[in-house]
Amino acid sequence: MRRPKKYESGEATQYISRRAALRRLQLSLNDFRRLCILKGVYPREPKHRRRAQKGSSEIKILYHAKDIRFLLHESIVWTLRDYKIFAKKSGRDRAIKDFRNLKRRLALFPEIKLDHIVKERYPTFIDALKDLDDCLTLLFLFSTFPSLHLIPREQSALCRRLTIEFLHYVIASKSLRKVFISIKGYYFQAEIKGQKVTWIVPHYYPFKPQSRQDVDFKVMSIFVEFYTIMLGFVNFRLFHGLNLAYPPQFPSSVLQDNSETLQDESSFVSDRIAALNFELLRTDKLMEDEEELDIDMELLEQDGDSKRIIKMKQEAQEVARLRTLFKGLKFFINREVPREPLIILIRSFGGKVSWDASVFAGATFDESDETITHQIVDRPSLSTQYISRDYIQPQWVFDCINQRQLLPTNKYFMGEQLPPHLSPFVDSKRETYIPPEEKALHDPSLIETHVQSDDDDDDSDAEADNQEEEEIEQQLLDAQLQRAYQQETAEYKKYGGTDGVNEDEEDSVDDDDEEDEEEEEEEDVEQLDDKTKRLLEEKQKMKVESGKVHKVNKRQIRKAEVDEHRLQARMVKPRHRNLFRKLIREKQTKEKEEWLLRKKRRNIDADAKEAKKTAKREAKKAAAEAAAKALKMA
Amino acid sequence: MAKKQDRKRKVKDEATNDGASGSDQSDNAEEEEDLLQTVKEPGEDSTDDEGIDQEYQSDSSEDLEFESDEEGNYVGRKGGQQESSDEEEVDEEEEDDDDDDDEEEGGKVEDKPTTSSKAETNNEVAPLPALPARDPSKQEYEDSDTSDEEDIRNTVGNIPMHWYDEYKHIGYDWDGNKIIKPIKGDQIDDFLRKIEDPDFWRTVKDPQTGQEVVLSDADIALIKRINSARIPNAEHEEYEPWIEWFTSEVEKMPIKNVPDHKRSFLPSVSEKKRVSRMVHALKMGWMKTTEEVEREKQQKRGPKFYMLWETDTGREQMRRIHDPVSAPKRDLPGHAESYNPPPEYLFDEKETKQWLKLKDEPHKRKLHFMPQKFKSLREVPAYSRYLRERFLRCLDLYLCPRAKRVKLNIDAEYLIPKLPSPRDLQPFPTVESLVYRGHTDLVRSVSVEPKGEYMVSGSDDKTVKIWEIATGRCIRTIETEDVVRCVAWCPNAKLSIIAVATGSRLLLVNPKVGDKLLIKKTDDLLAEEPSNQDIIDNERIKTAVQWSTAEAAEQEKGVRVIINHFKPIRQVTWHGRGDYLATVMPEGANRSALIHQLSKRRSQIPFSKSKGLIQCVLFHPVKPCFFVATQHNIRIYDLVKQELIKKLLTNSKWISGMSIHPKGDNLLVSTYDKKMLWFDLDLSTKPYQTMRLHRNAVRSVAFHLRYPLFASGSDDQAVIVSHGMVYNDLLQNPLIVPLKKLQTHEKRDDFGVLDVCWHPVQPWVFSTGADCTIRLYT
Repeated sequence: MRRPKKYESGEATQYISRRAALRRLQLSLNDFRRLCILKGVYPREPKHRRRAQKGSSEIKILYHAKDIRFLLHESIVWTLRDYKIFAKKSGRDRAIKDFRNLKRRLALFPEIKLDHIVKERYPTFIDALKDLDDCLTLLFLFSTFPSLHLIPREQSALCRRLTIEFLHYVIASKSLRKVFISIKGYYFQAEIKGQKVTWIVPHYYPFKPQSRQDVDFKVMSIFVEFYTIMLGFVNFRLFHGLNLAYPPQFPSSVLQDNSETLQDESSFVSDRIAALNFELLRTDKLMEDEEELDIDMELLEQDGDSKRIIKMKQEAQEVARLRTLFKGLKFFINREVPREPLIILIRSFGGKVSWDASVFAGATFDESDETITHQIVDRPSLSTQYISRDYIQPQWVFDCINQRQLLPTNKYFMGEQLPPHLSPFVDSKRETYIPPEEKALHDPSLIETHVQSDDDDDDSDAEADNQEEEEIEQQLLDAQLQRAYQQETAEYKKYGGTDGVNEDEEDSVDDDDEEDEEEEEEEDVEQLDDKTKRLLEEKQKMKVESGKVHKVNKRQIRKAEVDEHRLQARMVKPRHRNLFRKLIREKQTKEKEEWLLRKKRRNIDADAKEAKKTAKREAKKAAAEAAAKALKMA
Repeated sequence: MAKKQDRKRKVKDEATNDGASGSDQSDNAEEEEDLLQTVKEPGEDSTDDEGIDQEYQSDSSEDLEFESDEEGNYVGRKGGQQESSDEEEVDEEEEDDDDDDDEEEGGKVEDKPTTSSKAETNNEVAPLPALPARDPSKQEYEDSDTSDEEDIRNTVGNIPMHWYDEYKHIGYDWDGNKIIKPIKGDQIDDFLRKIEDPDFWRTVKDPQTGQEVVLSDADIALIKRINSARIPNAEHEEYEPWIEWFTSEVEKMPIKNVPDHKRSFLPSVSEKKRVSRMVHALKMGWMKTTEEVEREKQQKRGPKFYMLWETDTGREQMRRIHDPVSAPKRDLPGHAESYNPPPEYLFDEKETKQWLKLKDEPHKRKLHFMPQKFKSLREVPAYSRYLRERFLRCLDLYLCPRAKRVKLNIDAEYLIPKLPSPRDLQPFPTVESLVYRGHTDLVRSVSVEPKGEYMVSGSDDKTVKIWEIATGRCIRTIETEDVVRCVAWCPNAKLSIIAVATGSRLLLVNPKVGDKLLIKKTDDLLAEEPSNQDIIDNERIKTAVQWSTAEAAEQEKGVRVIINHFKPIRQVTWHGRGDYLATVMPEGANRSALIHQLSKRRSQIPFSKSKGLIQCVLFHPVKPCFFVATQHNIRIYDLVKQELIKKLLTNSKWISGMSIHPKGDNLLVSTYDKKMLWFDLDLSTKPYQTMRLHRNAVRSVAFHLRYPLFASGSDDQAVIVSHGMVYNDLLQNPLIVPLKKLQTHEKRDDFGVLDVCWHPVQPWVFSTGADCTIRLYT
């Protein structure tokens, strides 16, 4: 038997370098790249790189030999070769100015067909949904592109069509779950057939001329070539699952590639937005079917009450509530607000939406409509306002969806400083730093305690400048009393009786102050009461003299524990020592990060409080001075 | 035509010949004849403009004839015939008639050469018979300016003429004869000519022939015109009136007035046939209109979608990529990425600086973007790196190698072995309770009395101090002559002897503390010297060790016996029974380890060969075994059989000390490379456990005699007390738990703790340090 040579078997034969692959496939590097992108063939990381590279230790791009063998049988390899032939022949025709032949050839351009590759890369529909993230993000980006050298208008128009179709599906199926405004773009997360699909819609307009080193549009264009086919098939199945006609029909004015939309970027985009505001044609004439959901709930109820079941039930209820979050609400979007994300959000949660018909196409109702409940505004003030509706900033819509309930609008009124916009994608039970706003979301009681503690701090801080404040307050009170008295007497003289409104107001002011004082006193009394009670109780209980309490120095104990732990940590097995160190280092950096955030927050809060306090004090002072002046004048 | 050419050439040849003959007359007869002929010829033509003109005229006349040829009038031919006949005549006659003939031929002769001037020029200037000059009167010549007309008498062609500098001749004429250079006159000749010749200023030298040529007036005029950047031809009219060859006026009336043919009014039958054929083709669908074609193309364009997957999860059997690994999804955004994040997520100045500094290493950044806060959604711009990020994701998808890896998701705590809590393993020393001060230099060694009342210490200040443990009082100080390296209290409770290694002397000291009877007994025992007559010491031992009884002065201090060694002693250790003791002299080569027997006052050298630099030695507590630690290894010898039992491999650089478990099955070794090694002697020759408890070199280790405790002292000033439980069950491995780190010693010269020693009864540990103190931890 022949003795096998080195690298003739085993890992060395499993992998093949890119150069060898090119030689094997008889393709140029460009064609190979295209083939790899379309077929989803990627390099592999071998277990033992040295062995896989037949002894050389430099890092090579290695493909699995089976993958390359698989590519050998691909039909589009021949199409790629046909491209080459086509280019050669048509080039010849052009050179000898044989235009008749050239025209004939152009009609016979070898089209590449990718249907079978979609099926092959995603054997099940769920697989395709799992891989939809990158596809959607890239297509949404391309749908906003102007006509470029490497990206023909046809491609970006197709992207636009497919993404709109997908959004229509999301709206129709109400599958949107989470949204987030990031500095990069709008993140959307939908749950389609149990799969979480996340995509980003960039802020307009994302296209900027790029150098070739930074961005190679050719590579991206190849990806888009495949992804459009994939999304088309996915859309087809999704639409049919909802009994919607595919491809969806839009009014003739919208989404037609006439010369204006093809050239003007903004009309290209506004068309796409207008297309989102149409109800789709259904193949069956049924209305929304929520019965299905109810049945699900019943099923869940029938199954016992284990923890998981309860949790699932809660989740299902929440989702059901979310799906009808904006039902019955009518939104009007002002023209300065980015419309696209808001339309998707409002429409997918059952709201109705419109905008200024004179500026953009696709509006369904007018601003003067009295049934509008919310007007979304992104400017500090507005000249004409209707009393019947809330003027809110766009963040309200996003925050409502993330919290799955309609939030009070007062924090989001026009011109108001917005509360921070939090990411819905972070795990609420994580062990890193959680900002107080997020804590408050999960546990509303935290807000109050926080405020209380603030007051306590106030008290403790205030001792230093108590006197000053007291003086001011005294002055203020005096002035108020004086004024009240004067007014009272004046009114009495005038009307010969009391005016209810004024009195009420004054009363309320006075009451407030009194109440404050009372509260403080009460608190003190309570504290005192507690102490005496406890003492009394203790006295009653005692029968022997009280022994000396062994006081444990917590700090020392803590230190001892730490020392002990450190010593034990040195007993880590030598083979785990590096890993242990790495883990410890990671933990430490995490802790440091957390500590830093907490510290920053504390500082910011303290600064804000200080500013507030000074403002308050100044206001009080000013009021006192004014009162004094008034008194003098009187 | 060929004839004409011939003739022309001949004329030229003649001219060149003339040039040659003017200077050189030593030629053959033929040449002379030629000469004769030519003498006349140039005479007629040369020097004067008229002559040149004439010659030119003759040529031009030929040309004239040629032109006439073209015109189809056969005048020229006659002329040509005449010419040829003339030439023949010339050949034959070789006489002056030739010129006359020429003149006659030229129809338009204007001037005749003056014979008078002919002779003069012949004499003075080299004859230039056929220099081409233009007759301004001849229009025909003006438009022919080809190189054919150039006068080439020298056939060498267009070459640098300095190639002929070395030769007499300057080239070859048409017949292949040498053209001899004209005689070059000297300066005086030149000067004379300048004075005499009125034409000197217009004489130039022809580089081709070396002849001097006198320029004509016409030539000079030409040169002047060229110099002043005018058109050379004086005749040329620059501002001649414009002649409108093609009129711009449109004629009102047609030039021809023929009516159109009837054909042009009637529909074409053939076209009709073709149209009807097309209509039929359109009807039958064989042909399509352009709109239809366009529509079809439109329909064809773009992909077609259909139901690709019949069910959600059903999969079809198909050949697919081998072992597919799906690409990981991108991380979802956190709060920091929000357009309106909580304020703590925004970078402060320091963080911004840090972020900007890592421009070249973006992977080291805490976040890949800089968090920003916007007041309203309207103000959020497009993210500048969005395109690049998408592109990088694309690159990742098709270029990044993929592999399936198990992600290690464990807590660091998980890696710490599960050990019992120290609280369950009490008692062990936890606090420093006493400090024994008194030494003035670092304390090397400490040893405790077997009963546990007293303690002895040896220091670099050349003293040995005996302390009362309970009170911390120094009872006695024994001064020695050298640095005390090691002290060891005899483990036998029935004797009170301390072995003190100072310099190269080993002192056996009676401390005179404790039981009086015991002191007395010991003194008695040491006083009588046993008879050593029957044993003959060999030379090797004698040179290494000498036993002697102490002098009176030393007796006073308590020293009873002195054993003089030949090298400084580093360590001394007792056998458990107290009769034998071993010393180590690292410099002693193959005699570095010695065993002394106290009762017989004799010594022996156990090893004949040194196996390395011996660091320390140890007696087995039960068996007759002897442990010898060299730098790297530990050897165990059987003292009865006198053979090597085992060699323990420590895999460390330098052993510092060792200690044996009182049961004798486990050995603890300390090394200078921060490690402590626990050897289970029954188990293996490799360490059962390696502990890296200390952060610096470990100096010494010690087992407690009763409690399952051991302590280690290190240069990092710490004494670490650990629990080391050895079970009687052979299947159960020893349990090692570090219990307490006691760090009260001060650092001095990079030294911390030098020696540790346990109390024989209590769980107390003594440590000596470089800070001149001995500390007791209880």
